[in-house]
Amino acid sequence: MNFRERLQAWRYNFVPDHLVGEILTKRWTDNAIPFLALVATLGVFGSIIPGFFKLTSLQESTRQLGEFSLVVIGMTVVMLGGGIDLSVGSIFALSCFAAVYVFFILEQSVWLALVAALCTGLVFGAINGYLVGYLRLRAFLTTLVTFIFGRALFDILVSTYAADVQLSQASSDVLDFIGDGTFWGLSVSVWLAIILAIVTHIALTRSRPGWHVLAVGGSRRSAHNAGIRVRRTVFMTYVFSGFCCSIGGFLIACRLSGAGPGTGLNLEIMALTAAVVGGVSLGGGRGSVVKGLMGAIIVLTMTNGLIRLGYGTGTNQMVLGILLAVAVTIDIRWLKNRHKVLNEVYVAPVYLRMGETQSAAPGSSTPYELDNRLSEADHIGLGELEGPEDVILDRDDHLYCGTRHGEIVRFFAPDYKRSEVFAHIGGFPLGLAFDKEGNLISCVGAMGLYSVSPEREVKRLSAETARSWTSVVDDARLRDPNDCDIAPDGRIYFTDSTKRYDAHDWALDSIENRATGRLLVYDPKDSSTKTLLDGYRYTNGVCMAHDGKSLFFAESWACRVHRYWLEGPKAGTAECVIRDMPGYPDNINRASDGNYWMAWLGMRTPSFDLSLRHPDMRKRMTRRLPQDEWLFPNINTGGVVKFDEKGGIVETLGDLSGAAHPMVTSMREHKGYLFVGGILNNRVGRYRISGADPNWTSPVSYWGAVP
Amino acid sequence: MAARQGLSIGAKDIAMNAIGWPNWRRLNQEGIVFAIAILLFAAATVGLPGFLTADNLVAIVRSVSVLGILALGMAVVIIGRGIDLSAVAIMAMSVAWYLQLLNTDTSDGLAFAYVLAGVLAIGLLNGFLVAYADVPAIFVTLATGSFVFGYVRSQLITQDAVPVPQGHWVELLGGLRFLDIPVEVFVFAGLAFLVFLFLRYTKWGRFIYFAGDNPVAARNIGIPVRPMLVLRYVLSAAMALIAGLLTAASLHSINTRVVNSTLLYDIVLVAVIGGIGLSGGRGGVRNVLVGAALIGILLNAMTIIDIPLLYQNLIKAAILLGAIIVDGIINPRDEQTAQQGDI
Repeated sequence: MNFRERLQAWRYNFVPDHLVGEILTKRWTDNAIPFLALVATLGVFGSIIPGFFKLTSLQESTRQLGEFSLVVIGMTVVMLGGGIDLSVGSIFALSCFAAVYVFFILEQSVWLALVAALCTGLVFGAINGYLVGYLRLRAFLTTLVTFIFGRALFDILVSTYAADVQLSQASSDVLDFIGDGTFWGLSVSVWLAIILAIVTHIALTRSRPGWHVLAVGGSRRSAHNAGIRVRRTVFMTYVFSGFCCSIGGFLIACRLSGAGPGTGLNLEIMALTAAVVGGVSLGGGRGSVVKGLMGAIIVLTMTNGLIRLGYGTGTNQMVLGILLAVAVTIDIRWLKNRHKVLNEVYVAPVYLRMGETQSAAPGSSTPYELDNRLSEADHIGLGELEGPEDVILDRDDHLYCGTRHGEIVRFFAPDYKRSEVFAHIGGFPLGLAFDKEGNLISCVGAMGLYSVSPEREVKRLSAETARSWTSVVDDARLRDPNDCDIAPDGRIYFTDSTKRYDAHDWALDSIENRATGRLLVYDPKDSSTKTLLDGYRYTNGVCMAHDGKSLFFAESWACRVHRYWLEGPKAGTAECVIRDMPGYPDNINRASDGNYWMAWLGMRTPSFDLSLRHPDMRKRMTRRLPQDEWLFPNINTGGVVKFDEKGGIVETLGDLSGAAHPMVTSMREHKGYLFVGGILNNRVGRYRISGADPNWTSPVSYWGAVP
Repeated sequence: MAARQGLSIGAKDIAMNAIGWPNWRRLNQEGIVFAIAILLFAAATVGLPGFLTADNLVAIVRSVSVLGILALGMAVVIIGRGIDLSAVAIMAMSVAWYLQLLNTDTSDGLAFAYVLAGVLAIGLLNGFLVAYADVPAIFVTLATGSFVFGYVRSQLITQDAVPVPQGHWVELLGGLRFLDIPVEVFVFAGLAFLVFLFLRYTKWGRFIYFAGDNPVAARNIGIPVRPMLVLRYVLSAAMALIAGLLTAASLHSINTRVVNSTLLYDIVLVAVIGGIGLSGGRGGVRNVLVGAALIGILLNAMTIIDIPLLYQNLIKAAILLGAIIVDGIINPRDEQTAQQGDI
């Protein structure tokens, strides 16, 4: 290994590039930018404003924050539902006035003032909701107009009653406490904001009405078609916003003991900016109360900070304008490009130097030498089948195979002309095995381990294992269960090829070449699934040894076969029995002569082997080239290899014509014939093996003859 | 979206426009508004003494000239399925900055060049963010409007109102009369005619309707949708500058508090009430004229009756709300075809 390669090996095998992509798949990354902005804002203003973090100063500024947060919570809910409420400032001001009017002019109790404020907010919100929800007007313009309307009304009322409020003698300890008092160090408005935030958060994330809001915001049309009452849901979001604003208005009425022309001025652009800066998405569906609150703190800290720093008229609007423009642009771009970014960075190739291999070329006189024998195979189900990855035969000689449509198809003996859908599972049924009771066990790609009884009942056995401690993306789910086999005690050993990609993206896994394949065991006694081995490059075929004391499993992208011991002194450990093959191994099955059949899904090529030593090149390739131009493992040529208990190669079969079985993913010996399947093939092949035991069948080999 | 209702309606509208007269058999919003304006005019003529005098009629037209010019810019943007909420901020702040520069002894040419560059830059920024960053127009223009006001107010000028320097051409412009009619009326008429020519007889003008009706389809047939979008916002910004100069000319100063007034909503009101659909692709200069006529008569009548300004706002808001509701009923949103995120 030269210096460059050593450097690349260190760079690509020890720097966990793949974590970047995995972290980006997390929804909480949406919160990262607003959170950093929050920390930065608090840091900057906290350090340049003297006494910013003093308790009294905080109590005063958080009182305003409480009122503002209430409004932002309302705005957040409306935006999550796909709308917008620009009339929050008007509702806020009118509710404030309603409370002031009832308390100071009618001289009623504080509670009646609260009721008046709430009614004002709810009625105003209901008007908005009716117009936008039921009449389906455009939210932006409609609430803009109701904003002007409410503001004009407020201005008239304030100018009419201002003098009367000034002269009023009404006072109340309750009012003063709500306005100026603290409870456990926090003002009433902050407590109310916290309570409302928690309730709203729980409602949005864990209740039916909350889910409906998110569904309507996420896709109005789908929500409508799914039977959600879209109009009523939208209506309710505006009523809720009115409710939030009215509480805020009541609080400010208590705090200022009056209402002035400045009450609630510019509140709509502040609340909107807060929600968007926090990361609540325009157009709905994405966002949370927490994001809204983060935005509220950022915006209020900035605007108040600028005032305290003595910047003049207009600075606030300038800053709000910049904040809004930047936040909206980032939000839109992020939403649009997150997918692209993720696609770009997700594939993180590692360095691997494949060992020297023997040639498989015809005439090379190695044990791996390919011949043309498989081209003589008869075909079964030609043109009817799509993707028989694995094939298996039962005691009555019927043939079963999976298809890419998620079905298991049965061909009837003896001529295999007639077929039926034996069971529909979904996913992509891959590896197959019969257990002692005659249940057909299948590894279903993208779904899990399934069992189909002879009565065709489909039952899920396992879809997850324990999550590993260091995982970023939940690796408990089985992404690509590939092949299974059953031990004499009934335990099912199976492979999950990769944790990083879904089953259909197996080619990406080969380019990345990261070792994330697992060997797992399912125990039918307690229905538990355990991970036995981890960290192989695409674990694939599994086969019990003839004595049932060990099993073989294939590691496709490393071209190796391992033996895992179930009993004996090496129990629980694996050893490599075949290394550096010229082909990529797939399923392994028993042969009648005490040896094992192994399928090659493709052949190594010098070019791809070389690319494995250049992870930087593969990274650039996946980023800059369209997928059609990528360098993939060669899967246009494959074959069938027979090996013995020690890993010695006995013989190799191939199809040099490339017409019938260019790539092979499975083969099963049955009564002197070899049945051959391929995941990209359109048939099952039947090849007569010369000299094979004409009575040997795999069910008998595993479970003995039926008495 | 006319496409949803079937192309026939859109085609009819255009055919109707081509004749140049409303199609009386099809009662649409424009027709209704026009009828209301005439009724109002008749009622005011009968009921209000001093309404139907030459001076008052000129005053009506004059009062809506600035509004009309702003509405022309807004109309072009709305037809292309956008909206420009920064128009008033650009109008007031650009002129305020211009006058401030003049008052601090910057040469006239240089000052005007600065301001023109600033106005075009904001128009370009609006257009760029809408066209190339795919940010909804309402947010872009809301943000830039807020920014323009805040930046100019806090950094470039020192007080809310900036006076026009003595003897400056802007002041002279305000005093200019032709046949006893103030010059802004002619400017409004001239600009209306130019916009009419642009929308009717130029290729890019016609393309605006296609782009507004169905942007994706317009792009697919090879119309330069994005550069045209940028152009519209620049056009709107330039209109705002002209409106601002005329305002300063007639008042001999510019008050930046106008940004926080309801003028912006009056502009939208003129465009929407005249029948320019907010979903784009429909309407024209005639709709702006009808809308401006109604608002002008209304404002004038309210002033003659002596309704306080605050109540005038309330009445205008109520009318605007009515216009939007009618618009919503005539062009209802459809659950199956409404665009996601179209707020």
